[in-house]
Amino acid sequence: MNTLTPSEYLPENTSDTTRLTRNFRAEKFDFWSFFFSGLTGLATLFILGILATILLNIIVNGWGAISWHFVSTIPKKDFFDANTTGVLPMIVGTSFRVIVMTIFVIPVGVITAIYLTEYASHTSILTRIIRAAVNNLAGVPSIVFGLFGLGFFINFIGKNMDDLLHHPNAVWGQPALIWASLTLAVMTLPVVIVATEESLKAIPPGLREASLALGATKLETILKIVLPQALPGIMTGGILAVSRAAGEVAPILFTGVAYYMASLPAHLSDQFMDLGYHIFVLSTQSPNIEQTRPILYATVLVLLMLTFALNIVAILIRARVRKKLRALG
Amino acid sequence: MGIHRGHKARPGEWLAEKFIFLVSLSAILMVLLIFLFVAREALPVFFGETNTALVQKPIPPDELDKHSAAEIESYLEITPDQFAKLPKSTLRTMMDIKVEAQNDIPEDFRNDPDASINTTEWKYLVAPHKWTDYAKPEYIWQPVGQIKKFNIIPLVVGTLKITLIGLIFAVPLAVGAAIYVSQLARPRFREILKPAIELLSGIPSVVVGFFALLVMATALQSIFHYQTRLNAFVAGLALGFAVIPVIFSIAEDALTSVPRAYTQAALALGASRWQTAWQIVLPAALPGVFAAAVLGFGRAIGETMIVLMVCSASVMSWSVFDSARSITTTIAAEMAEAVSGGPHYRILFMLGALLFAATFVSNMIGDFVIHRFKNKLEGKR
Repeated sequence: MNTLTPSEYLPENTSDTTRLTRNFRAEKFDFWSFFFSGLTGLATLFILGILATILLNIIVNGWGAISWHFVSTIPKKDFFDANTTGVLPMIVGTSFRVIVMTIFVIPVGVITAIYLTEYASHTSILTRIIRAAVNNLAGVPSIVFGLFGLGFFINFIGKNMDDLLHHPNAVWGQPALIWASLTLAVMTLPVVIVATEESLKAIPPGLREASLALGATKLETILKIVLPQALPGIMTGGILAVSRAAGEVAPILFTGVAYYMASLPAHLSDQFMDLGYHIFVLSTQSPNIEQTRPILYATVLVLLMLTFALNIVAILIRARVRKKLRALG
Repeated sequence: MGIHRGHKARPGEWLAEKFIFLVSLSAILMVLLIFLFVAREALPVFFGETNTALVQKPIPPDELDKHSAAEIESYLEITPDQFAKLPKSTLRTMMDIKVEAQNDIPEDFRNDPDASINTTEWKYLVAPHKWTDYAKPEYIWQPVGQIKKFNIIPLVVGTLKITLIGLIFAVPLAVGAAIYVSQLARPRFREILKPAIELLSGIPSVVVGFFALLVMATALQSIFHYQTRLNAFVAGLALGFAVIPVIFSIAEDALTSVPRAYTQAALALGASRWQTAWQIVLPAALPGVFAAAVLGFGRAIGETMIVLMVCSASVMSWSVFDSARSITTTIAAEMAEAVSGGPHYRILFMLGALLFAATFVSNMIGDFVIHRFKNKLEGKR
């Protein structure tokens, strides 16, 4: 029986599969195929065009309006005046609430992901319920998180804390930085869980088996072998959560943001000013939108630089991890 | 990927593992808490315990003991908790004030039939009502003023209108791009295109709203020459920007997970790349694409800031170029003015609960369809 080897049935120099399909496509021209492929290509281009338009519009208009004075000044009550205004309290407020959020969300998210990948059995009903809950949490509208923060953290936990600590005035039972951060932590929990889980799953089982074979216990294996390997993935999750939370406004509307504050937030029970909310205020409540336009663009650019820089860092880390894992496995 | 220990856990480790297990339940706990606490604030509306009637039959203070606790609570607009805590004398004083307030109502107002109805009853929340000075029964959301009108239908219509415009715009674009990126683009392009499109989801919604308000609204008005500058059309398109990356990622994932053997077989039989993508891969991935649209819908009805910034007048109209007010906008804009614990506050929470239920259902459907689709591809039942 004669069997052909690839070198016999393939034309010369076409071991490259992309080359094969390209030749194949060139051979047979079909107008409708060309037309519809073109349409999908146009759709892709159109989406990229939207992205580019938004970014360029903001960068071109905002770049000139950013100055050191702008990012380092605490504005007076009338922050619509382009000459004296600044965004320092907003930058501080946004960073503060995001950092506090990270402290809560990373441990809970990472531990949940460890349970789901290392301990839980895939078929058990409980695991499926946990996964369904995570998916659902990711889909809850951000304004509902705001309502939840108001109903649970402020009206329930905060008010009861005030009662227990015998505060005559409301200290915790009112909008505060801690409640905004906790609300955001609940909102970004799925982001951290999913990213961590992905990086844990990508670690070859051989590493775990080798560690166990050398006499390490399961917990030691997880803490000393699995987690260090998964660190980039966990960082990606944390960064994505931070960049998502930094731009969110709806959940903090009722849970801690202030229209104006004369000083920087110093305590967890303080209210704070916020970049995203400030953009909302500047663009909808300005007495003269033409005068406010430059500072509005500058504020948007500051927020975008914050969230985009984080996003790009996350994408780079993820790409490096994936490349490394592909090399490993 | 569980690894088996093969021996009994040490005490410290046993404790640590129990701790890990307990923490992992937090996601379930959070979903339950959200449901519980949003519903808790909204419950009085569902049970008809709120009352907005301005003209009520006054109860004389000395008849306090003759009425049931529930009646007094609703009459004085206090919670059962407050009712239990407050001394009888305070309750009597409150009732005194109430009687005086009733006596102070001007005569012409007393004769207005609208002043003596409770507008938070379901009848007035969902059905049209002929208000005084209106020619015919109408759906009106007007939570300020003497007689507060809480008809939620204009908000539901507004939400659906904006969401549908957004989806009609976003679904073809996102699915088209997903087909291109997953099936037609060269691998090298693919690696760049996918993250680039997903970068769109990194733009905060308040920034998309700002862009729609300042740039898009003006540009679109000069193209289409409609009356109102800020309308449901602009809001819908801007909403589409926010939903595109969601639909794209899920649809692209579904298209990519169709086994390569399908594609190779079709190509080998002489189909063109497009024919393969359209007639083989897309039908195979259809459940996944459908799920992408459903999850996009869930994301769109919950979007707040874009709609809040672009259009907010509550008009009962299906016209694309009229303004509209969505449920999310209403909650975001009015919660600050609503008196905590009052009827307006309760109804806003009820709207939140409705929204939560709607997204919960659409997420469930989306996840279920994707789950079935993935299992089918892997040959599981």
